Formats: sequence, structure tokens, C-alpha cells
Amino acid sequence: MQELARRVIKGDIRGIAKAISLVEDGVETVKKEALIDSLYPHCGHAIIWGITGPPGAGKSSLLDRLIEQLRQDKQKVAVIAVDPSSPFTGGAILGDRLRMQKHAVDDAVFIRSMASRGHLGGVAGATGDAIKIFDAAGYDHIIIETIGVGQTEIEVMELSDIVLLVLVPGLGDEIQALKAGVMEIGDIFIINKKDHDGADRLRTEVEYVLSLKNGAENTTEHPITMTSATLNEGIAEAYSIIQSYYTTILKNGNLAKKRKNRIENELKHIALSKIKESVDKFLNIDDRLDSWVEDVFQKKVSPYKLLNKKINKFLQEIDWK
Amino acid sequence: MNKNIRILIAKPGLDGHDRGAKYVARALKDAGYEVIYTGIRQTPEAIVKTAIQEDVDFVGLSLLSGAHNELFPRIVNLLREKGAGDIIVFGGGVIPESDIPSLKEKGIRAIFTPGTPIKDITDFIETVK
Repeated sequence: MQELARRVIKGDIRGIAKAISLVEDGVETVKKEALIDSLYPHCGHAIIWGITGPPGAGKSSLLDRLIEQLRQDKQKVAVIAVDPSSPFTGGAILGDRLRMQKHAVDDAVFIRSMASRGHLGGVAGATGDAIKIFDAAGYDHIIIETIGVGQTEIEVMELSDIVLLVLVPGLGDEIQALKAGVMEIGDIFIINKKDHDGADRLRTEVEYVLSLKNGAENTTEHPITMTSATLNEGIAEAYSIIQSYYTTILKNGNLAKKRKNRIENELKHIALSKIKESVDKFLNIDDRLDSWVEDVFQKKVSPYKLLNKKINKFLQEIDWK
Repeated sequence: MNKNIRILIAKPGLDGHDRGAKYVARALKDAGYEVIYTGIRQTPEAIVKTAIQEDVDFVGLSLLSGAHNELFPRIVNLLREKGAGDIIVFGGGVIPESDIPSLKEKGIRAIFTPGTPIKDITDFIETVK
């Protein structure tokens, strides 16, 4: 086993930090895959939370309070806080930990900021591997804080055991709550800033939307709770709702179902990206693109015709079993 | 994908004047770096733990209270104690010219005083990274 994997399993802070950089940079593929392969047998102990919601909903502040609760229960906590990268420069301001900085000197709390680096979906491309690193390192809870989301960034659902959807009053009428996407991925709905105008109305709207959803076929109850992270209100209640939700899904088999689903998605993703890589190499797409563009531009050939010819040739040559 | 440079911008001590730190953080973001910003009134211990967890390449310290001779070297020493002496520390703020040589001797690699063009900072990062 690699020296780095050994350090991660021992819980060495610098080792964990370096391991996350390795999966995040993704340059040394062989080393990265060997690391995850040797950590994998040590994974599966941690409970993985996702916390998502629109920008400014109070995700980081709420998380700061929930970490306090977890620490009272002597739990080891790892946080992966994702913020967006600039599409123009690739730079990023990673400011989520600002709200959680009082836990910085606590040895049982590890906060890691990640830039999305062009990955869509509300998390970073390496978030899944970073979760495995923290899991193997012995953290009891791993919490993914997504970037501030709009309506379609739902990938956190594929990574976590429990998704907390944090909502705040004042972002629109009930039609927003009826829409598909982010509103559908919450396991637990937290209405933050409950002291603000419109909080009770938002609760009623969310209850209405969930009653429609539950009516269809769903059997799982989706708890709704209200908090104010700034005033430190409703936090203990939210925490106990999260705990009992976890117990429920553990007992009724939904947790195992979710985790198998996650593995399924991951395998699909790895398979597709590896196939894409080899097709890229075989077809030499980047080098040929210019001449293809020219041919299609001059109407010498249509896009499907051009590519079907190339791809069929590729499929004939590979030995796919 | 290349290795992205990660930089922690931190304000040690009790001074709450964070405009300079925020300006530098934003300018470094615009220059394409990943900048972790942790806000005001950080202890040296918190800064060092953050730097290690975030696996940064650089720590930029901003201080306008006059405690730089005390706090900057303390952060360098704590990093070395934790086996993270390879993280490069630089500083900025209202720092008298006469203090700069001794700060550099104690391991602060560069000091940027008020009026420094941002390009000086990015040139420094590109040279020593």
C-alpha cells in the first residue's frame, strides 16, 4: 500500500489534506486510483450528509451550528465546502469556512474548501473521492456543502445518505416550489431565517408541495423544520430530526438502496469517462476537429454522417466483450 | 487539468481592518488562483491548522495593528513545527521598512506594503511556486 494511504488511514491531517489535493488535481491518475483502491476496504463507516440550497440561504451558518451539536455528541466531523470557480480565470474565492472558523482549532473537525473547477451539478468533480478519503480516515460524519444552487444542481443527491435542503423566505411564490429539480431532492427541508417575514407562508407552501408528492407513490415522510442559524434557534430540533431520519432509513432499507444506487452511478460514470478517454485518443478528436469543422461548414458532409463513419470504424476495431 | 495554486489569505491578531485582505483575495482570484479567506481575528493556531487542512501553497498574512513582528514569525514557526515548513508565507499591511529585513530573516518570504501593484504579488507567486 502507498505511504499516503497509510497516513490517511492513521488519520494524519497533512496526509488527508495531500490525498484530497491528489484526487482534486487529477493529474497523476495511476497514483490517484491506487490510493482510492487501497482506501476503499476502510470505507463505509461514515454517515454522509448533503446540505444544499440557494445562495445566501445560510447553509454555512447552519452547518456551523450543526457541527456544534455533533461535537457535543463527541462525533468526528469532516466538511467539504464547495464554491464556484470563475469560468474565465479558473480562480475562486472559497469563503464558506469563514462561518465555521470557530471549529478551526478543534482536532476532531476537518474543513476542506473545494472549487468546482468547471464541474456542473453543485459539487466538485473530486467530491466523491474526497468523501472516501475522509471515510477511510475515520470521520463519523462527512458533510458536503454545495455551491449556492439554482434549480438543477442535484448531484449532491447521488453522493449523500441524507440531503438537507435549506430554504429561505423571500425568493418567489409557490410556483417556484412546485418546479422540478432541486425541490425534489431534499430528504429534510429546513426553513432558515425563520424570524424573517414570509417564513410561515413558505412552510405552508412546502408542506403543500410535499403532500402532492407523497400522494403519488412516495412512502417516505419528508420532515420540515424551521431554524435561525444566526439567533441559534431550532438547531437542536433540526439535529434530532436528522438523527431520527437516519435511523428510519437505516431500518427500512432505504439507506442500503441509496448506497447501492450511488455505486451504480459511480461505476457508470467511471466506465463512461474511461471510454470517452480512449475514444478521444483513438479518434484523435482534438487534432482533427479543425478539418472536420471545415468540412461540415462547407457542407461537404453532415455532422451525423461524418461521425457515424468514424465511430463505426472504432467499434469494429475494439474487442468489446 | 493542472495543479491549481491554493492561497490562504488570513488576518491574525485583533485588528479588524480587512479591506486590504479582501482586495488582495479578489485580485488573486481574478489572477486565476484558488483563494481561501477566513475573515478577521484569527489566532496563529487557527491559521496554521487551516493552511494544513486546505493544503495551500501560500499563506498571505495581512496586519495593520503593528503586531507583525510578533505574529508573522509565530505562524512561520508553527507551520515548521507541524511539518508544513514548505508552505510559503508572505505578508502585507502597514509595516515599517525597517522591520522588513528581520521579518525576512525569520522566514517571511516577501512583504508588500501599501501602494504595491497587484502584479508584484502575482509575479512573486509565479516565481517561487
